[in-house]
Amino acid sequence: MSAVSYILREASAKIAAASALTELAEIRIHYLGKKGELTSLLKSLGKLPPEEKPAAGQVINAAKNELQHLLNAKKEDLEKNIADISLEKESIDVTLPGRGSVQGSLHPVSIVQQRIEDLFLHMGFSLERGPEVEDEHHNFNALNIPEHHPARAMHDTFYLENGLLLRTHTSPVQIRVMSERGAPLRIISPGRVYRCDYDQTHTPMFHQVEGLWLGDGVTMSELKGLLDKFLQSFFEHDGLAIRYRPSYFPFTEPSMEVDIKINSEYGITGWLEVLGCGMVHPRVLSNVGIDPRESSGFAFGMGVERLAMLKYGISDLRLFFENDLEFINQFGR
Amino acid sequence: MKLSEKWLRTRIDVELDSRQLEDSLTLCGLEVDSVTQVCDPLPGVIVGKVEEVKRHPNAEKLSICLVSDGDASLQVVCGAANVRAGMKTALATPGALLPGNKVIKKTVIRGVESNGMLCSASELGIGEDSDGILDYPEDLSIGDELFEVLGLDDNIFDIDITPNRGDCFSLIGVARDLSAMTGGALKDFDIPEVVSTSSQVRHVDILSDSGCQNYVGRIIKGINLQTKTPIDISECLRRSGVRPINPVVDVTNFVMLELGQPMHAFDDNQINGAIEVRESSRGEAFHLLDGNELTLEEGSLVIADKDGPIALAGVMGGLGSSVTDQTTDIFLESAFFDPISLSGVARKYRMRTDASIRFERGVDPLMQRRAIERATAMIVEICGGDPGPLTCAASEENCYQAPIINFSPASVNRLVGITVSPERIIKLLEALEIQVRVEGDNWLVTPPSFRFDLREEADLVEEVARLEGYDNIPSRSPVGRLEPGLLDLDSLCERAARKLLAKKGYSEAITYSFISSDKCEYFLDEGPHLKLVNPISNEMEVMRPSILPGLLDVSIYNLNRQHNTVQVFEIGRVYRSGSEGVAEAKYLAGIRCGLSADSGWTSGRRELDFYDIKHDVEVLLAELGMTEVRFKANSPKGFHPTRTAEIWVGSDSKGFVGALSPALLDTIGIEKPVYAFEICIERLDAQKDKRYVPVSKYPSIRRDINIVLDVELEAQSLLDVVWANSDDILHDLQLLDVYQGQGIDSLKKSITLSLIFRNNSRTLTDLEIENACRIILSAIEKQLGGVLRE
Repeated sequence: MSAVSYILREASAKIAAASALTELAEIRIHYLGKKGELTSLLKSLGKLPPEEKPAAGQVINAAKNELQHLLNAKKEDLEKNIADISLEKESIDVTLPGRGSVQGSLHPVSIVQQRIEDLFLHMGFSLERGPEVEDEHHNFNALNIPEHHPARAMHDTFYLENGLLLRTHTSPVQIRVMSERGAPLRIISPGRVYRCDYDQTHTPMFHQVEGLWLGDGVTMSELKGLLDKFLQSFFEHDGLAIRYRPSYFPFTEPSMEVDIKINSEYGITGWLEVLGCGMVHPRVLSNVGIDPRESSGFAFGMGVERLAMLKYGISDLRLFFENDLEFINQFGR
Repeated sequence: MKLSEKWLRTRIDVELDSRQLEDSLTLCGLEVDSVTQVCDPLPGVIVGKVEEVKRHPNAEKLSICLVSDGDASLQVVCGAANVRAGMKTALATPGALLPGNKVIKKTVIRGVESNGMLCSASELGIGEDSDGILDYPEDLSIGDELFEVLGLDDNIFDIDITPNRGDCFSLIGVARDLSAMTGGALKDFDIPEVVSTSSQVRHVDILSDSGCQNYVGRIIKGINLQTKTPIDISECLRRSGVRPINPVVDVTNFVMLELGQPMHAFDDNQINGAIEVRESSRGEAFHLLDGNELTLEEGSLVIADKDGPIALAGVMGGLGSSVTDQTTDIFLESAFFDPISLSGVARKYRMRTDASIRFERGVDPLMQRRAIERATAMIVEICGGDPGPLTCAASEENCYQAPIINFSPASVNRLVGITVSPERIIKLLEALEIQVRVEGDNWLVTPPSFRFDLREEADLVEEVARLEGYDNIPSRSPVGRLEPGLLDLDSLCERAARKLLAKKGYSEAITYSFISSDKCEYFLDEGPHLKLVNPISNEMEVMRPSILPGLLDVSIYNLNRQHNTVQVFEIGRVYRSGSEGVAEAKYLAGIRCGLSADSGWTSGRRELDFYDIKHDVEVLLAELGMTEVRFKANSPKGFHPTRTAEIWVGSDSKGFVGALSPALLDTIGIEKPVYAFEICIERLDAQKDKRYVPVSKYPSIRRDINIVLDVELEAQSLLDVVWANSDDILHDLQLLDVYQGQGIDSLKKSITLSLIFRNNSRTLTDLEIENACRIILSAIEKQLGGVLRE
């Protein structure tokens, strides 16, 4: 049976050397085709004595199978090679920048304002807005700041030629909502406010968010609880050091200012004032037709720029209104 | 208010270090803004006595002085004009260390040896005065270290006094509050009555109804103003930020700082007749202490004599009646001027003085006599003289009456949320010198005269909470109805717009709501602008009628800083003066200039055009839920006349989008095209309920048609005709291409439309679609003269 093993050896060598699918097809036809060498060998079995047939047949079939197996394997190999070559041709430089427009950025004041809004919205406060051009009644008188009150000096007010003024805080919104709806109430009022003051630490326009909660059993203790949670969440720091100290606002009594101590990573140490708050002054409640013996509540207010400065470590307030794209685009969305 | 720590400690016994003292003050509500050391140690600087002064042979302005340091006499060259033999001054001996690490050495000045330096206040860092060397009183011991003599190891607390705490605008006020807070013993002033040794009086008439409740005055005759203010007084003044002037003025200022009662001293010989406290008439004028002439308006409270005003009451005295070195007789004034009458006066005349600040907030209505007695005693001690009896004038109806406040102890728990026993409340209130009369649950409470800020129950609750300590109020999470916090529609729109525009490459700007008058007119004709009465500057004097001028400034700012492409937006209000006062409306404006968003290495650089920004607006309006949006060629002032569209939503004009006018860009100096939009985003119907429309199961069929029509026809009119002439099987319509050029008449253009037909309940037949197309084409031909391109 040396003929079979000879054919097998020869065929194996040819398959191994084949470099194209057509070549492989020729090899298959040459050995396994109808007139192929192995096929012919199989056909010639008839000439053998019957007792030799089975053994000879087995040998030829085994060779056939092996050849078929080699052919298949080689074919797979070649096909893969071809695919590889064509993929290679599709090669691109993946380090080139992607296509599409560059994203812009929200202003840090607007990012921080929205964050403040969201924290209070989550605690059940609803958002209210009011006019920026206000009258003396809503901006001052109703808030217990009568004409000659020394606290008016704290609010350097812009007046318009028609006798109206630019609101110096967003508190007039509270007056409007309280007058309209009475107690209970849980609102925040964000927005632009104006004071006639311009230096390193003051801009004539800035943003405030103020809050008001009128309801049963709302005391300074709850006020502290609410603001503690707010500040811890805003600065993402559960152990934030917070200090409440007595202060004065005409529209709250008792009044407090709130200081925090923030990590040195912001580059600042010591107590820093972040917001003012207090129990709504009984005269403010009377002014909007709410009986202070029946309802009480608290109010608080904060400067958005100030919180943004603390959060991002910005040291100059005026940067917010220069609108340098290099500045704005640092804060993302 | 600046207050020396050492001085404060003379009035209260507390075992607190400086840091703890600072904290205690802040927790009283007397916020300490800053703590500064009075000065660095001054080793080698001593009290020296000038024994002899000679002219410097080689320099006209220099003197050669012999100065005693207690042991020996040193030769010192000095350039000060006020140096004289016999004076005691600050001597920096060789080796002394002055601020700024300046070491004093033996030296030769213009050929003369100098063994040290005679110093001015500014050279020692203990004051601003650099005019001459320090001139100290006789009683200082020669050779003593100046740092010790002046007690310079001291801190200055800068305390922020809130408007309600006028009572704390003094040494005694701060000490009193601190004593109530800490329990430290208060060392109050013992002020005996001065025995008069002269009978001379000056009559006082209060002619104002409400301006002056109390006026106490006294003449002191025969004082000697060649004396010097004792060093402890002048040092206290200096550390409080008050410039020493002469002993009489210094004493009145010193007592004001001690007791909170401003006082004034007149040269009695310059007063003609009785003192009148009255309101000014318009046009009256006199010279103030600072040398300026003040012309009065009607109704300002003044102190006057027969000849006219001699002081603006509670603010500043006049020059003519001021106390000088030559004065021998003075008239001393201690008054209570009404805070309301006085408020605004100082601001109106642009004069804020230590006196006016105190009167505006209110002084203790019962302090006038004590203050004048203390000042008299001190003046007589320093300058000698014979005090006369007190003249008192008080307007009777305004006399001080102690108020009675109803107070329920339960209010503490109701407002603060802590339980404080009635006994404890009484103890705390009494620590503040508040009298309590317990009558069941309704207490009758009377605050002391200096706590005129306490007027009702809540004020007393604050006092209790304050003394209990705000830090001792527990922090409790509030309990309330569980209701969703709601955002109003405007905020929802605003947030959606912000997010979208940032995604589309815009950066958000925030510009001031006020702009210059010139900029107002970029986009609007002269109109009734809303002008500020008291703007910061001309650049910020009008409430903006448009956001675009602000964004143009932002663009210029950034173009000038090497940004080739600027893409910014702002959301905010614009203001117009309307028939009903002021109309505020929320607008959204955007500006783009430079390259298109698709510029890059793949497709090259492309300059922006109208259709880039129009797309932004289309996407934005869709995001805000606006349907029935149409763009019509129309341009307002400031926009490019043929490249601007007015934006209509339904039947409302909402704004404009387009290129800015080249003339405007030329004026403001931008050299490339700028595209902009401004849209009113108020009262949008964005929340309109969205309803589900079933998705068709049947295939859609598309037909592209290519129409040739007049070049001037707007694409919109073609789209309108197609929609108007298709029955409801036309599902969608897209404009694929616009072509002008070869193969087409030069006065024509071709537009390729893609028509997508669909029916929700069955498959459309070819015949139906052919019919539909035929109707559409014939309408196009009839109405627009457009024909199918072969």
